[in-house]
Amino acid sequence: MKTFKMGGIHPEECKFSAGKKTEVISLPKQVVIPLRHYSGKPSIPEVAKGDMVKVGQLIGRADGFVSANVHSSVSGKVVKIDNALDAFGYKNPAVFIDVIGDDWLETIDLTPKVKRTCDLESSEIIKKIAESGIVGLGGATFPTHVKLSVPAGKKAEVLIINGAECEPYLTCDHQLMLEKGEEIIIGITILMKAIQVKRALVGIEANKPDAILNIEKWAKTVEGVEVIPLKVKYPQGSEKQLIQALTGREVPSGGLPIDVGAIVQNVATTFAVYEAVQKNKPLIERVITVTGKSVPEPGNYWVRVGTPLSHVVEKTGGIPEDTGKIVAGGPMMGRALPNLEISVAKGTAAVLFIPSSESGRGKVQNCIRCAKCVFHCPMGLEPYLLMNRSEKNLLDELEQNRVMDCIECGSCSYVCPSNRPLVDYIRYGKLKVGELIRSRKVQQL
Amino acid sequence: MNKLVVSPSPHVHSGNSIQKEMKSVLIALIPAYLVALYYFGVGALIVSVTSVLSCVLFEYLIQKFILKGEKTITDCSAIVTGLLLAFNLPSNLPIWIVIIGALVAIGVGKMSFGGLGNNPFNPALVGRVFLLISFPVQMTSWPRPIPFNPAYMDAETSATALTALKEHLENIPSALDMFIGNMGGSMGEVSTLALLLGFAYLLYRRTISWHIPITILFTVFVMTGIFYLVDPQTYASPLVHLMTGGLMLGAIFMATDFVTSPMTKRGMFVYGIGIGVITVVIRLFGSYPEGVSFAILIMNAFTPLINTYIKPKRFGEVRKK
Repeated sequence: MKTFKMGGIHPEECKFSAGKKTEVISLPKQVVIPLRHYSGKPSIPEVAKGDMVKVGQLIGRADGFVSANVHSSVSGKVVKIDNALDAFGYKNPAVFIDVIGDDWLETIDLTPKVKRTCDLESSEIIKKIAESGIVGLGGATFPTHVKLSVPAGKKAEVLIINGAECEPYLTCDHQLMLEKGEEIIIGITILMKAIQVKRALVGIEANKPDAILNIEKWAKTVEGVEVIPLKVKYPQGSEKQLIQALTGREVPSGGLPIDVGAIVQNVATTFAVYEAVQKNKPLIERVITVTGKSVPEPGNYWVRVGTPLSHVVEKTGGIPEDTGKIVAGGPMMGRALPNLEISVAKGTAAVLFIPSSESGRGKVQNCIRCAKCVFHCPMGLEPYLLMNRSEKNLLDELEQNRVMDCIECGSCSYVCPSNRPLVDYIRYGKLKVGELIRSRKVQQL
Repeated sequence: MNKLVVSPSPHVHSGNSIQKEMKSVLIALIPAYLVALYYFGVGALIVSVTSVLSCVLFEYLIQKFILKGEKTITDCSAIVTGLLLAFNLPSNLPIWIVIIGALVAIGVGKMSFGGLGNNPFNPALVGRVFLLISFPVQMTSWPRPIPFNPAYMDAETSATALTALKEHLENIPSALDMFIGNMGGSMGEVSTLALLLGFAYLLYRRTISWHIPITILFTVFVMTGIFYLVDPQTYASPLVHLMTGGLMLGAIFMATDFVTSPMTKRGMFVYGIGIGVITVVIRLFGSYPEGVSFAILIMNAFTPLINTYIKPKRFGEVRKK
């Protein structure tokens, strides 16, 4: 079975919500729609206080190339545009809308019929995707149209669809692949047309055999799409690791997937592309997993972007008694939340409740140089060394030891017998080295 | 609701700990310990218990009264050091010498550098080599293996296979005896079979990787093999070298000590080859019949250098087009 070559871990899978049919969560009284997604600039508000909006109406216009449009996920009245705390702990501008009814723009096709043919040209597809505000739904929320725009001098050879879902607990992509297989496959053909490639590879971890079967079934109805089961190993769904697993090619250090002719898109993003291009529906809702060891009924839910997490939690059984930590996303790379007043962003894949017994960290002890962090690093780095040099602020040594290659997957911290906060320090080191590299570029100009 | 914990990812941990790693090593040492108790009887029991108790006690006292740090004996590493030290000693060694060895191992080898994780040399080997140089007579008179031997310091002694080879004596044990451990030697090193069982357990538990032990054993096998092919009259067969002396114990349990061995696979190969070559050179051309301890300590000294210059294979090491 295919997999990436070096390092990796296999944490307890805990996919409690696997196979749970998606349910639609009712509308909240108010939504708070963030204008900034993690990557890129915040978009510029297109509405003002007091404006009435419809579902799907543009409320934030992309500011520059690496930025994405934002649409209203509800109908109602704009009450204010103000800063709101996001899952990453930053305050960013957001549009607050009081929900009135559920009135959609007439241009959006709400019929359940699957539309298979697409007559648009490559550039038209990318333009449509940009207009619809689609960003990567795997977590990094990078604007999709930017990823699809192949820079001059490079050529895309293969489209890679990420259905690995290697994070423990998460099942939102899994469920989408079961319920929307046909739409995902059409989304893939649209993306293939957009980047002008003849071949697409869908990587799915082998712990989702039903999803593999379903996607394979629909892949047979089109040309050039191949489904490849992957070994269950974290971080199989990391972009560089996935490309290596599926094509054997290694993205060079400091490079992008396009350097080896690949463009990677998540399955949920692919579904959003289908809806945008075929149904004229902008990205205003997504599937999120609500789960945890003490959650009585873990499940997968369709949620409108901007819905406060407190509303989602209230509708799905409330906060378990023993909760000690609430995470937006998976346990390996998700963000711990200070409260539930944060709203669902385009990149929010899950709400995970961690019991208080597992919320803390073990006591930090001396590094015993067991080399587990080195052996498990999927990027071939030496986390113990990077942590040590970060603590001492030795930026030159950090750069020489390729701290910028770190993908922050957390495998090193996960395996460390001394509970050392390796990835915390490496993040700090990356931040400092990143500043150094940028200041060097400024000096050169 | 309880107060929420907010911390950076990852939010899960493997549950691994220093204590668990050390316990795996202790479990892996059980077969060799049972063989030692069987062939060396009461002596093996007295030496091992003394060594373990004094190592733990010395670590406790030094931590409490000199370093004044938090209690560290619960991580079980002192027990491992104590047991490994005992494994490297003859079972008829007087108690007071064992205690001196434990003091040097823990006091000088480990705690003087700041405790577990900071010591450049394998503490058990520091203790053993100190005793070997200070008490050469007591350290090189090994009891003859007799099942459930009730004798301790008065046990009947015999030469080890390596000494016999060095001095061209005739009474070399049979291959089977060497494999199961029916021969004279330090209490924990005699049984190749028991040590290999321990190795299998450590690999299964992923406490250590195969790289260091296999590289050492392979290097010794190849080098002694070449000498054997050139002149089988003078040099013993490579299998005899693999199964005698402290090679198995050293390669599996001493050279793989986390703290003092390299951090990368490539570094482990260099380290393993170094230990193998130095061991063979000492065994064949040095004045000591046995060279594993010295070889490991010498390569321990090179470990920081190996870590500095030998880097792992990076992802995306290829040049950008």
